[in-house]
Amino acid sequence: MSETRTVDRDASATNAAELPAGAPDRRQLPTRRRSAAWVGFLRRAATLIVPPAFFFVALLLLWQWYAETLGTAGAVTLPPPTRVWSVLVAQRDILWFHTQVTLQETLVGFAAALAAGLICGTLIDFSPWLRRALYPLLVTSQTIPIITLAPLLVLWFGFELLSKTLVVLLVCFFPIVVALADGLRSADPELLKLYRSFGAGRLRAFWSVRLPGALPSLFSGIRIAITYSVVGAIFGEYVGADAGLAVYMKLKQASFNTAGVIAAIIVTAALSIALYGATALVERIALPWYYAQRRTGGASR
Amino acid sequence: MAQPNIPMMPGAGEPASALATPLLDVRDVTMRFAGTNGKPVTALANVSLHVNTGEFVALVGPSGCGKSTLLSILAGLETPTAGAVALRGDPAARRLGRAGYMPQRDLLLPWRTALGNAITGLEARGTPRAEARDRARALFETFGLDGFERSYPFTLSGGMRQRVAFARTVLAARDLLLLDEPFGALDALTRAGLQRWLLDIWGQLGATCLLVTHDVEEALLLADRVYVLTARPGHVRLEQCVPLERPRRPEMLARPELVALKAELLAALVDEVAAAPGGGDA
Repeated sequence: MSETRTVDRDASATNAAELPAGAPDRRQLPTRRRSAAWVGFLRRAATLIVPPAFFFVALLLLWQWYAETLGTAGAVTLPPPTRVWSVLVAQRDILWFHTQVTLQETLVGFAAALAAGLICGTLIDFSPWLRRALYPLLVTSQTIPIITLAPLLVLWFGFELLSKTLVVLLVCFFPIVVALADGLRSADPELLKLYRSFGAGRLRAFWSVRLPGALPSLFSGIRIAITYSVVGAIFGEYVGADAGLAVYMKLKQASFNTAGVIAAIIVTAALSIALYGATALVERIALPWYYAQRRTGGASR
Repeated sequence: MAQPNIPMMPGAGEPASALATPLLDVRDVTMRFAGTNGKPVTALANVSLHVNTGEFVALVGPSGCGKSTLLSILAGLETPTAGAVALRGDPAARRLGRAGYMPQRDLLLPWRTALGNAITGLEARGTPRAEARDRARALFETFGLDGFERSYPFTLSGGMRQRVAFARTVLAARDLLLLDEPFGALDALTRAGLQRWLLDIWGQLGATCLLVTHDVEEALLLADRVYVLTARPGHVRLEQCVPLERPRRPEMLARPELVALKAELLAALVDEVAAAPGGGDA
């Protein structure tokens, strides 16, 4: 009895030796570390935002100055930022209408690509035969320029939502499938062996080890896909549509309203950035462990 | 703080008498692989050993002697080319999911908390989550891990991570523990601390245990019996009982008979290491 107790004390002594700060201190660490992380985050955000913001403002001023030297001719060739801004404000209702159309095409197409990509990536992972059968086809599909395909899609599926959705789907599908398949494939063989020693089947190993482990890779693919998605929708609209930001652009272009075209371009860019930001946010929420690990520099302790 | 009674395997704590059917009986196990140049490589040749219920057995050998291959076979992960492995006297028993297998790396899932990692083995077996968590919590207390249940692996030290991995192994085990150099990746201080910790914990668990190591002192400190394996092809060269009472302390290794035993084991090992480079597949 007394023997066990001494051994116990020994064990806790080992504890203390391992953690010089002492165990209770360590338990408080997470909150302290979190607040420190916030300060660090803000500081990093500041260093990230200040230089590009400075450059951006300088560029706007230069543009404004140059456009003003052009005089009245500039109204068509290069309107100043102030003019573009006033168009943005004046046309906000009609721009919002077209944005909604483009956004709908983008989201529906992206969702379809995500669903198809998840199914296809999983199938490729489960069957080596399917991997061999589908991979070359997938790569080949990427060698076909979408530019040449879009008119065909409009021809086959009409001027409505479907043809644009398909363009977005084609653009987004590939990065998602490849990212998922690669992520699933990169699972640690030793970890899979450990799960097998537990008596776990393939399905259990997939849900518990491979899929969670593949999520960081999958999200990289999704981030690439979402940046392409708006461009895909705009392209589909350019080829043939009755509404959408590209339709607006084409109309303004035809009437030599350069400020209107630039305003639509700005809305398009803002849309892409917003979607990218939303994806990054979802990723942060879905993979807290991944970011926490990266923040500590990957050094375990 | 620690209760000596942790849910453990049946028959635990029996004296290590060799008269009853051994828990694990390995007979003439041979393992051949297709080598890189197409020539078959013999990793293990006619390995025979046994582990009795409640016994702690160590397997010492130079690197490349097929120790890990042997453990994989015992865990049921691989099928030997020839020979038989009987669990509780049954050579046909399915061993996957019976043994707690612990590799050198801790292999903790970074997206799960310490407690979540500890229950993965039970989960894979279909134990209800609440029950698995209760059992893990009880074990965490014994293991000096209480308070760290919700910590993520990357916030834990190497020694703590290894203890979480060990908790996972103990929970997953139904018959015996198969430890493949569990302290091999740690620094010397942490390693020494964990060896003493395991010595203490093992007394409380009363588990049957087969430990693979290349550290003779570790084997002598922890095990009741030690096997020395030869290098390629792996073969049992020496079997020795460790004449030490329990509970043990590291100072006991300074006793004359232990020093002599250590010298004997080391001599057998060094012979092997010397023979290994030219040894090949002869």
